[in-house]
Amino acid sequence: MAGKTLYDKLWDAHLVRENPDGSALLYIDRHLLHEVTSPQAFEGLRLAGRKPWRIDANLATPDHNVPTTLVERRGGVAAIADPVSRVQVQTLDDNCAEYGILEYRMNDPRQGIVHVIGPEQGATLPGMTIVCGDSHTSTHGAFGALAHGIGTSEVEHVLATQCLIAQKMKNLLIRVEGELAPGVSAKDIVLAVIGRIGTAGGTGHALEFAGSAIRALSMEGRMTLCNMAIEAGARVGLIAVDDTTIDYVQGRPLAPKGALWEQAVASWRELHSDPDACFDKVVELDAAAIKPQVSWGTSPEMVLPIDARVPDPAAEADPTRRDAIARALQYMGLQPSQAITDIRLDRVFIGSCTNSRIEDLRAAAAVARGRRVAASVKQALVVPGSMPVKRQAEAEGLDRIFIAAGFEWREPGCSMCLAMNADRLEAGEHCAATSNRNFEGRQGAGGRTHLVSPAMAAAAAVCGHFVDVRELLEQAP
Amino acid sequence: MKAFTRHEGLVAPLDRANVDTDQIIPKQFLKSIRRTGFGPNLFDEWRYLDVGEPGQDCAQRPLNPEFVLNQPRYRGASILLARENFGCGSSREHAPWALDEYGFRAVIATSFADIFFNNCFKNGLLPIVLKAEEVDVLFRDTLANPGYRLSIDLASQTVARSDGSTFAFAVDAFRKHCLLHGLDDIGLTLEHAEEIRAFEAQHRARHPWLFPGSSPAP
Repeated sequence: MAGKTLYDKLWDAHLVRENPDGSALLYIDRHLLHEVTSPQAFEGLRLAGRKPWRIDANLATPDHNVPTTLVERRGGVAAIADPVSRVQVQTLDDNCAEYGILEYRMNDPRQGIVHVIGPEQGATLPGMTIVCGDSHTSTHGAFGALAHGIGTSEVEHVLATQCLIAQKMKNLLIRVEGELAPGVSAKDIVLAVIGRIGTAGGTGHALEFAGSAIRALSMEGRMTLCNMAIEAGARVGLIAVDDTTIDYVQGRPLAPKGALWEQAVASWRELHSDPDACFDKVVELDAAAIKPQVSWGTSPEMVLPIDARVPDPAAEADPTRRDAIARALQYMGLQPSQAITDIRLDRVFIGSCTNSRIEDLRAAAAVARGRRVAASVKQALVVPGSMPVKRQAEAEGLDRIFIAAGFEWREPGCSMCLAMNADRLEAGEHCAATSNRNFEGRQGAGGRTHLVSPAMAAAAAVCGHFVDVRELLEQAP
Repeated sequence: MKAFTRHEGLVAPLDRANVDTDQIIPKQFLKSIRRTGFGPNLFDEWRYLDVGEPGQDCAQRPLNPEFVLNQPRYRGASILLARENFGCGSSREHAPWALDEYGFRAVIATSFADIFFNNCFKNGLLPIVLKAEEVDVLFRDTLANPGYRLSIDLASQTVARSDGSTFAFAVDAFRKHCLLHGLDDIGLTLEHAEEIRAFEAQHRARHPWLFPGSSPAP
């Protein structure tokens, strides 16, 4: 019999029951909540007279529409200018208070983007099943945890039953071997993967990243990778547990301690695919061949290396694809065959659950140090992923580097990734963003998003157009 | 949840691949703490010429005459036809809520994103996957015949055209059962509460670090 994949092992360890029709009940160890997708679930519980099954499995924080300016944050929830956002944040506070759910409120020193704080606080542990009403829950798979996004009805289901009705997915392996070139990061790997397999390439699959290039990544890089599994269509991204994982988790506030820690580590060492495990699909990439990536269109699969030219629809044979390219170029205000390096930027956004952790900010600061944001760039925002990330960056002086270069230094939240708060693009503006989605209107109606790594975003900010960050890293400012 | 058994209705063709949830219902409308009120903002950026904000009276907003759902011949459509990877992007259940409230009972496409697909079943909205050549036929038929209607029967898992020919579709047995009978799946799961408790006790014994306040296993 073939061995098990990591996904198979996690599935088996959480299987409560399997129905004859193939559906199953999976036990959920950790449920993360935020203000946008939870209010209707709590309301549903209340209307049905139900109580949460296991309070201590839940952890909440407001992130999607919290303001990121210090002035607005200082006044607390009551000072949130947008009344609709204010009600939503207040409703999360009220619901968590009513049910006794642990919440890191807006100005708590542990607050941040839900996918940043879970790992940071040790609420995310290897071997867990983790769900959240947010598609980027795939991030937590970097820890060898089975983690994915769910809808609001399922949020209510998990609150009420501690289980999820699930169907088993197929297994997809992405193997990346070799060494990344300097200046090329996890973000470039994942954009290259999406460019290769497409935004529906992982649909119906749990996607495991493996290979020497993945093993060499830090936990933060691995989180960036798994975060965007959903942009390849896979709800689940996974990476096997190794010393890097265990070293990261050790000592986190909610991580096990003492004898429990020793027991946990022994169990976590099993969290890898068996050498003879069978995958339904395998895709292989050469790390050394990956260049810094820039998305040019309105889907994350519309992505190219920095030295490329945007496509010409006339050269595409398939009519649906040709239409999609033509429509994307028109929306993005680009000419067929235009060089990526000729795309000029109006705004730059460094942040989001994809790239707002300390290593991301260090990479961006290394480029920004001693340089200035180009005069043609109207705004360059740096939004740390959490309060602890912000404090760490300030302790290292990164905030001063950014401010000296002309960036704005903000308070933690999702911010301009999806522009639910006041941070957004105006129609027609081009933005170099370290976030995860370049859909039409994602960062503001009519806004034009280009997905890049933090270093590439900083390079675009100082040059006013896209540039291969490796050129800047080679020359001192 | 409302049941879905049979449905006969007008078809609207949205000839695009990768229709994402940000297009289905833009983020500014997700600030609501209610489950209703999203219908008027379905496909907001395509449907209206101005920028949509919560609290507007959508009846007063300028419609984009180019957008397919604004064409008089598709008024009252209840079956949406689209291309591959419909519903990609975020987990927002506001997307099926908005489609449902607009009046759609089914979406036919060559493929769907996983989370969106799952969310549809929780809301009595039937996502139907047909082969690319079948979807091509339906696009052609819809464009060629004003007032083009289809008849969907969940029990027999078929989409019937007016000439009586049918396209078969697959649906997972459990989801079909819930949808046919309009069952609340939390209620169904709680019928297994004893099993869940037994699993939980075993899981705790094996992985005590996952439960705050546990002691190490002996």
